[in-house]
Amino acid sequence: MNMQENNISENNFEQCIKCTVCTVYCPVVPVNPSYPGPKQAGPDGERLRLKRGDFYDEALKYCLNCKRCEVACPSGVKIGDIIQLARIKHSKKRPALRDMMLANTDIVGTMASTFAPIVNTTLALKPVKWAMDSVLKIDSHRTFPKYSSKTFESWFRKNAQASQDQFPRHISFFHGCYINYNYPQLGMDMVKVFNALGCGVHLLDKEKCCGVALVSNGLISQARKQAQFNIDNIRHSVIDNKRPVVGASSTCIFTMRDEYPHLLGIDNADVRSSIDLATRFIFRLIDNGEVKIKFRDDYHSRIAYHTPCHMEKLGWSFYSIDLLRRIPGVDLVVLDSQCCGIAGTYGFKKENYPTSQGIGASLFKQIEDAKPDFVATDCETCKWQIEMSTPVEVKHPISILAEAIDYEATKKINS
Amino acid sequence: MKFDTIIIGGGLAGLTCGIALQRQGVKCAIVSAGHSALHFSSGSFDLLNTLPDGTPVESPLKAMESLHATHPYAKIGSGRIKALADEAKSLLCSCGVAVKGDAETPHLRFTPMGTTKPTWLSFEEIATLDKPGVSLGEKLLIVNFAGFLDFNTAFIAKELEAAGSKCSVTSVSIPEINRLRINPTEMRATNIAKTLDNPQVLTSLITILNSRAAGHDAIVLPHVFGFASDAALHRLRSEVKATIHLIPTMPPSVPGIRAQRTLRHAFEQLGGVYMLGDTVVRAEIENHSVKRIFTENHSDIALTASHYVLASGHFFSKGLVATPQGVYEPVFGCDVIFDKDRNNWYNESMLNCQEYISFGVETNSALLTLEGGTPITNLYAIGSVLGGCNAVSEGCGAGVALLTALAVAHTIKG
Repeated sequence: MNMQENNISENNFEQCIKCTVCTVYCPVVPVNPSYPGPKQAGPDGERLRLKRGDFYDEALKYCLNCKRCEVACPSGVKIGDIIQLARIKHSKKRPALRDMMLANTDIVGTMASTFAPIVNTTLALKPVKWAMDSVLKIDSHRTFPKYSSKTFESWFRKNAQASQDQFPRHISFFHGCYINYNYPQLGMDMVKVFNALGCGVHLLDKEKCCGVALVSNGLISQARKQAQFNIDNIRHSVIDNKRPVVGASSTCIFTMRDEYPHLLGIDNADVRSSIDLATRFIFRLIDNGEVKIKFRDDYHSRIAYHTPCHMEKLGWSFYSIDLLRRIPGVDLVVLDSQCCGIAGTYGFKKENYPTSQGIGASLFKQIEDAKPDFVATDCETCKWQIEMSTPVEVKHPISILAEAIDYEATKKINS
Repeated sequence: MKFDTIIIGGGLAGLTCGIALQRQGVKCAIVSAGHSALHFSSGSFDLLNTLPDGTPVESPLKAMESLHATHPYAKIGSGRIKALADEAKSLLCSCGVAVKGDAETPHLRFTPMGTTKPTWLSFEEIATLDKPGVSLGEKLLIVNFAGFLDFNTAFIAKELEAAGSKCSVTSVSIPEINRLRINPTEMRATNIAKTLDNPQVLTSLITILNSRAAGHDAIVLPHVFGFASDAALHRLRSEVKATIHLIPTMPPSVPGIRAQRTLRHAFEQLGGVYMLGDTVVRAEIENHSVKRIFTENHSDIALTASHYVLASGHFFSKGLVATPQGVYEPVFGCDVIFDKDRNNWYNESMLNCQEYISFGVETNSALLTLEGGTPITNLYAIGSVLGGCNAVSEGCGAGVALLTALAVAHTIKG
């Protein structure tokens, strides 16, 4: 036994040797110097906060929670977690009405889907945008993703559910808010691709928003409740029904695997390894030789892949890139891995708009220079940001697979 | 996940080995737990400055012949050093990391304190001297940015004046750079460099420099130019009407980070897979041969290859771990050279030779690692994880990284 070895915190806070590597990769500091940077906001500030909580600096709210500091750190310090935990523990700022609206994606989504045509038209009106900008401080440059009048869940129950038991393998699909309320097509693409690969797709008994926006907007007790709710449902799927849980959004998956235990104190150790991202799940099936995939020979596209921050943290962009490269007609450019600047709800806030666009500027330029037919990425908020900031359309790798796959031939091989 | 070769560690050694192999058509993956010591680069790569007994080295290639058989250079064989050193230089240059210097005659580089030290290769843009006793110029203007603490003009002026130059010191104040001072801790070389990557900000600086250049032979500046690309360096050189001498700053190192980015880009352009922020947690070794490795991020999905290269760095990068009981290599648990008597590990005077720096992985003459004295037949070690040399006191860290990386790449390719 010795003190040094047994005195290490969960975030490896003591392992920081003040090397400054993290400061090089923070996307915020160069565009918003009011942010103290990951070293000062993280381990350096933590030394002071451990002594007295009033050393807490409200400027920590400028952290995007992109975790690029953690990816860069050679000493394994969980810098991003230290900063987010400090916000949770010490911030005295109450979330504003706007923050609650932006954070409650599923409550707002349920209401908006019910009145989708009215909501979509209203949100696009100039006076409404002006009012949101001046009253709520939601930047008027922002365009809200359109709400679908029919949720993915209602489509699934009506059109797909009945045929899912016939397959040799089964997954539970965590669709998340975006697929359910805004973009059911991606959910339909998931069902198509997984069915072709011999996997039946099922819904969880129930699911709520993963809570990533609640965490970033300081609504922690609600985030904890939703996290516990989701983990209970995931547990039922994984342990009782032997169905792994697969999602398409890198941020939802990252949140449920890592932010639940690290930031919210929700224990998921028994099911964490069964919460998986769609492209990784498919790669594993192919790599193990369990399934084969056949592509159409008339599919041709030049695609630029963008690595979302949480995908970089997961270390999983390899899987999405590998699957896209398997498509014979795809000419793939991998963009430099960097933050697009939106960070979920962060970029929608008026005070963050210039920071958000400043962070993404070099990415947007790289995309335009690459002249792709479209961009591929696994994160829905990166999609919004890139589509708002460049003329290029963004697709999820699963949607690209759904377009490029020879559905009948693949289904036949894997049935 | 199948590759031909998996390299653990993505710093100077790992990237050099990966690039050399990819160029020969060997499919490589690099797993790197965070960023490397290139982020603290002095701006130069040393080959061999001092022998283990403390004798200064004038001619590194000749001095190599006297090294003990356990030294990594001795394992490569002193006869091969010249060719590998030339190959290293041309590999760096062909990837876009322009370096100057040669293995036979060291040149002098400047430290951030203004002193000079012998070295092998320097980034092409930094200030160097061909030999001792010459100066950077008769009348020098030393320029710093207001509030930037990692470039000490007083020390630098003192050293340059001792070498025969007349120095005047001035500071520049540019609003976009002053903005960084809102948080004094973020007034760093890299953040200044990112700001100067903006062409308008650079134009402001160039205008100021031109207005103050009159009466000086040359302008001495901290190296805070060219974070994203070398565009700022080219403009500075071509638009300022005086010779520009750049002196590297205290860390983080702008030229070192650009070299890291450039080498990684070259590796990926060749088809290599670079996995940053991942750690190897487990390796399966059967009959003295590595079968597969498992990482934190990929968990149940194993990474397999025919050859593995350990380039995981020294204590800083956790390539080596010290405990009160000893020193071990955490990925494969391969044999490590270290002093069993902990009292000998360090010298109380910090600037003296520290024995713990010479600890590291033991290998056979082909740089294959050992397990209980028997070679692991497909696991090589390169760079600072290697034992048998003291990178700090001998001034050989970068040379060992580059040359062992190329030697192992040749062995793997056969």
